[in-house]
Amino acid sequence: MATDVHRPVTGTPHRADTASQDTAGTTDTAGSTPTASAPTVVRVDGLTRAFDGRPVIDRLQLDIRAGEFVALLGRSGCGKSTLLRILAGLDRDIEGTALVPRRKAVAFQAPRLMPWKRVWRNVLLGLPGKPERAVAERALEEVGLSHRSHAWPKTLSGGEAQRASLARALVREPDLLLLDEPFGALDALTRVKAQRLVDELWQRRGCAVLLVTHDVEEAVLLADRVLVMDDGVIAHEQRVDLPRPRDIADPRFAALRTGLLERLGVEAPSAAPAAPSKAA
Amino acid sequence: MSISHAPPQPASDISGKERPSAPGPAPGEQPELVALVPSSSRRARVPRWLRRTTGPLLLLGLWQLLSATGVLTSDVLASPETIARVAGDLVEDGSLTSAMGVSLQRVAIGLLLGTLVGTGLALVSGLFRIGEDLVDASVQMLRTVPFVGLIPLFIIWFGIGEAPKVAIITLGVSFPLYLNVYAGIRGVDSQLIEAGESLGLSRWGLVRHVILPGALPGAMTGLRYSLGIAWLALVFAEQINADAGIGFLMVQARDFLRTDVIVVCLIVYAFLGLLADFVVRTLERLLLQWRPTFTGR
Ligand SMILES: Nc1ncnc2c1ncn2[C@@H]1O[C@H](COP(=O)(O)OP(=O)(O)OP(=O)(O)O)[C@@H](O)[C@H]1O
Ligand SMILES: [Mg+2]
Repeated sequence: MATDVHRPVTGTPHRADTASQDTAGTTDTAGSTPTASAPTVVRVDGLTRAFDGRPVIDRLQLDIRAGEFVALLGRSGCGKSTLLRILAGLDRDIEGTALVPRRKAVAFQAPRLMPWKRVWRNVLLGLPGKPERAVAERALEEVGLSHRSHAWPKTLSGGEAQRASLARALVREPDLLLLDEPFGALDALTRVKAQRLVDELWQRRGCAVLLVTHDVEEAVLLADRVLVMDDGVIAHEQRVDLPRPRDIADPRFAALRTGLLERLGVEAPSAAPAAPSKAA
Repeated sequence: MSISHAPPQPASDISGKERPSAPGPAPGEQPELVALVPSSSRRARVPRWLRRTTGPLLLLGLWQLLSATGVLTSDVLASPETIARVAGDLVEDGSLTSAMGVSLQRVAIGLLLGTLVGTGLALVSGLFRIGEDLVDASVQMLRTVPFVGLIPLFIIWFGIGEAPKVAIITLGVSFPLYLNVYAGIRGVDSQLIEAGESLGLSRWGLVRHVILPGALPGAMTGLRYSLGIAWLALVFAEQINADAGIGFLMVQARDFLRTDVIVVCLIVYAFLGLLADFVVRTLERLLLQWRPTFTGR
């Protein structure tokens, strides 16, 4: 369940494989120049989600191409998690069109591990067939958690739980990886490691990533495209064309960061209270 | 793991405060430090089982004392000594053991049936909206009828054999299990269900891997209540038209004014109840070890 492409409200024909069709030449959101003509994995058009009559997402438009790394910024409560849940197929009280791939994985803002399953069983939960424990061990190894594979989730630290949740998402080999502030509970060092990890995995697996974050630096460090959400729509979009691996000391990096911070309403770029620059 | 202590400070710092009127420590003055005692040293040296048996033993001693001094006469309550002797006799002639066997069998069958009915109904109304509409209202209504009050009706329906006794126990056991399993299912964190959905679990997969394990703590609570009620129902059921079992032994003893036999039977009930509790505790320890809950100091 919940793995189908969403039913578009508009009458466009849709099937599960719509996402893999090459839909180049779409009228993209403001000024986006998508990388070559990669197929679209996410197509959202006129998406609206209201809670008790108050629209949190209001005719939002968003396209993500296969293999693209997109970061989503926005102040707390602007609807980032709501958008992510819709893309994950968990919230269907929506209006508008939303097409997503069948294979997608989510790492939620809270780890949401099943407390009654040991870590490695949590990682394997929901995988088709009867996967071996070694599969879980490999995924846990990738996030540096192999030594905790047999532990109960209640004994994990906050950061460990978040990494376990990340491993659980990665082991699914998705076409679309949805990450909701996955590095929120990590200390500065582990955070840098985890960022590198996601970067590596993304480059290796070539899946599209939508990363929700509060950290502008993190967004510029990892993403091809940074979106700023406000008032229920993508209010701003910034391509990041810096070569990888990226250097925070690069003046172009600083310029991008300053621009985005201004977009987020942070006036003085040196004191950036809205975006804790832990990534350094 | 140990908690590091603050270095001991001169005693005069604590006791001999120069300015007691000062609201807080003046800048530079050493604030009062509290030692954080490691929990291992705070725990009493006496082992747990010994601590737990001391209370009952003291009570027993008091009882023997009152009997020996004649405050408690034997037609009110026999002394522990007499009771022990009578219990020995009853075990020897086999009447107690056979009665226990009969009673245990009744409870076991009633418990089994009640568990099946209670959890079955709870699953139906917990997992399906339509099941809830059909089952829950009826169960909530029937629940308010004291099940003991149904004994006369059951005797008319099932006669005076084993059936009405087992039926009473079944009925008594079903309700607490139903209520707790149902509450357990409905209390499963919706965020976890959502996570399960996002992991691609099927409907049955969700039930098996998320909902049922999540409802297990509730089911265990229900089982505990059920066991308590099972013994209660047994006592009621066996005192009416029984020709075997502990309750029958008690009714007989009452007719002969044998308080000693009655007390032996009560002790047997208590013992069986403790045994059942022990079984549930063990089950909980095995099945709920994942639970991050407070386990007492
Ligand atoms: N189930 C719900 N019922 C009512 N309102 C909701 C519900 N879920 C979310 N909201 C509201 O929708 C808005 C967006 O919530 P959302 O969780 O998407 O914010 P967010 O951008 O992820 O914030 P944060 O950065 O703090 O995680 C908030 O104002 C929230 O109160
Ligand atoms: Mg959020």
